[in-house]
Amino acid sequence: MRDAGDTILKVAITGNPNCGKTSVFNALTGLNQQVGNYAGTTVDKKTGVLAYNKTQQARIIDLPGTYSIYPRSKDEEIAIDVIINPQSKEASDIILVVCDASNLKRNLLYYSQVADLGKPVILVLTMMDIAKKKGLEINLVLLSLHLGVKVVAVNPRNGDGFDKLKDAIFNTGHLTQNKLIDIYNLAPQLIEEVKKDHPNYTDFQCFLNLYKTQREKLDDVLSEETIKRYAAIKEVLADCVHQKNLKQSEFSNNLDKILTHKIGGYLIFLFILFIIFESIFSISKFPMLWIQQSFTWFGNYFAQHFPEGPLNNLLVNGVIAGLSGVIVFLPQIVLLFAFIAILEDTGYMSRVSFMMDKLMRRVGMNGKSVVPLMSGVACAVPSIMATRSIENWKERIITIMVIPLMSCSARLPVYTLLISMIAPDKTLWGLFNVQGLILMGMYLVGFFSAIAAAWVMKLVIRAKEKNYFILELPTYKAPRLKNILITLVEKSRTFVWEAGKVIVAVSVILWLAASFGPGQSFTKIEEKYKTDFYLNNFSEKEINTFQKSEKLFASYAGHFGRIIEPIIKPLGFDWKIGIALFSSLAAREVFVGTMATIYNLGDDSNSMNIRERMMEERDPVTLKPKYTVTVAFSLMLFYAFALQCISTIATVYKETKTWKWATIQFLYTSGLAYLVSLVVYQLFK
Amino acid sequence: MQTLRDLKKGEYAIIQEISDNSLKLKLMEMGCIPGEIIKLSHIAPLGDPIAIEVQGYKLSLRLSEAGSIMIEKTDTEISKNKTTTF
Repeated sequence: MRDAGDTILKVAITGNPNCGKTSVFNALTGLNQQVGNYAGTTVDKKTGVLAYNKTQQARIIDLPGTYSIYPRSKDEEIAIDVIINPQSKEASDIILVVCDASNLKRNLLYYSQVADLGKPVILVLTMMDIAKKKGLEINLVLLSLHLGVKVVAVNPRNGDGFDKLKDAIFNTGHLTQNKLIDIYNLAPQLIEEVKKDHPNYTDFQCFLNLYKTQREKLDDVLSEETIKRYAAIKEVLADCVHQKNLKQSEFSNNLDKILTHKIGGYLIFLFILFIIFESIFSISKFPMLWIQQSFTWFGNYFAQHFPEGPLNNLLVNGVIAGLSGVIVFLPQIVLLFAFIAILEDTGYMSRVSFMMDKLMRRVGMNGKSVVPLMSGVACAVPSIMATRSIENWKERIITIMVIPLMSCSARLPVYTLLISMIAPDKTLWGLFNVQGLILMGMYLVGFFSAIAAAWVMKLVIRAKEKNYFILELPTYKAPRLKNILITLVEKSRTFVWEAGKVIVAVSVILWLAASFGPGQSFTKIEEKYKTDFYLNNFSEKEINTFQKSEKLFASYAGHFGRIIEPIIKPLGFDWKIGIALFSSLAAREVFVGTMATIYNLGDDSNSMNIRERMMEERDPVTLKPKYTVTVAFSLMLFYAFALQCISTIATVYKETKTWKWATIQFLYTSGLAYLVSLVVYQLFK
Repeated sequence: MQTLRDLKKGEYAIIQEISDNSLKLKLMEMGCIPGEIIKLSHIAPLGDPIAIEVQGYKLSLRLSEAGSIMIEKTDTEISKNKTTTF
């Protein structure tokens, strides 16, 4: 941080969605970026530093894209607050308004609103190459004269124009912009009233104040304002822009014909989904293995080279084990988000929303729900954050509520273990692997239950406002690698942080619960295994494993498991599974590790061994195998429905700002899980 | 009066007014201003939503929203040359 006396220029970048705003931000700040959150929200706050020369620096903030100064979604609200609220922590000295030159009229509407706020602005034009292809010739000098501001055209792909932009940023100190429309005369009396209380407000600030406090009075005035702004912009553009030859963007149009084709459109989307999931599972297998191995190695190294004792044990079995549980999913998440980022950057995702809207609407969601639901297959936490783009409250809440039913990657290790116990690794008709089919079935269970749950919620939740789906379909563009890489780094960081904090904390608690028992019980066990009988008859390793499993039985976790046993018995689960269910609250995949501990395997948590050990497990009364097909299915279905993920609960709370929805979600998913497992076990046992 | 729902794919029209007050501002901000020439460029595979060309870009909206946009159909050939793409 710099000294308080040092003045650092504060610059805000704003503009419509899809205008290339983030590319401008990336080009100005390079990798010199920080991502934080706006106070009390999970919305990413991206800031970066731009150094002009030795003494002059600017702190740049990239605001979420917005179409208008009158916000409609969560993202827009935050962007607008930074711009119009002088008390905002991020209040800036200069505002850069980024406009897509190929779609200038609509982009300038937002510019004209921002310009009227009474802060120095610079107009930054992007996509000049696309405008040129459309046959448009923009006279930047004339445009600058008409608007009264500096106009800079940039190309983030090759860096053109950025030196000019930097000069402009550090040499724009005062207001120069012309007024495009007469705000005062739209509502003279109302504005005068506000001026009584706020004498130093500009006309437009009074207007925005009215919008905030007495919106109903402005209803007609607002559309009149918009009409006037468009008329003024049209006049300016008639002078500055020349259309040489009328050329629609043929390429985009033809691509749309194929990609949103009646049948072909869906087939292509399904094919893309197939490719994505296929590569997620096949490619990420290897890095996931490496991560697991390095953590195991690191844990062993740590355990051996540092003084033994509870602290060592806590770090190795609590913290490091917890961390590895988070990091191991990073490859899958990075891959999935890479695909989604590419599809979004090219403009394809908005076509998916376009094609899927009608289907999603039937179950109370929105075309924009497709991306969050898809990401739900990797991890619910970033997916729930991605619902922010859905303007309608009800559609957004329903999407948030059903995302955890999508099979996230943390369920995969649980499914893999259980399926390998009950199904042969055989191929049917030379095509379908039996285990693969069951796994796919579990994914479908997740997907269809999400759809069904959404449909029920559509009937139950009352709408707060009219829902709508008004979405820009941007022209297709080649993906911008730099943007995608930066997005990936950010998403991964958010995931590791948000999910990581919780998972590590819960791992530590679980470790404590499993490592300590009430009273003297642990000391007694240790003494028991120090007697000659054990020392003479068993190897050190055997004694260790006996001791471990007996300690678990006597530990707080073991007590807890037996307390809940009566509740889960009707589902076919015993106290050992009870502990695993409980520990899965940190993250579902912890199930595998917990089972390993419970079944005496200690550090050797190779899933083959757990599998064999679990299959040998007999029912203490009937002596039949404990893990029958029915128990395994009952357990898998429990995992399919139950919201055993504290990170998700925390994210839902943050995103909805109330415990209400987080609680409802936890209760309905748990209830569903219990009911389905109960029915399956009781019917087929 | 006809609404945007009555427009067929490829046809042009002039926006007359927007009847739904709750959507009026949003639609106008997105460029659906009375007097503007629009073209129905796409219909989603299931018949809804639709996409129009307005102010030189593509905007998709549901049929229910299209129903609140009052239009007057115009001749395709004349409109083609009148529409601006910026």
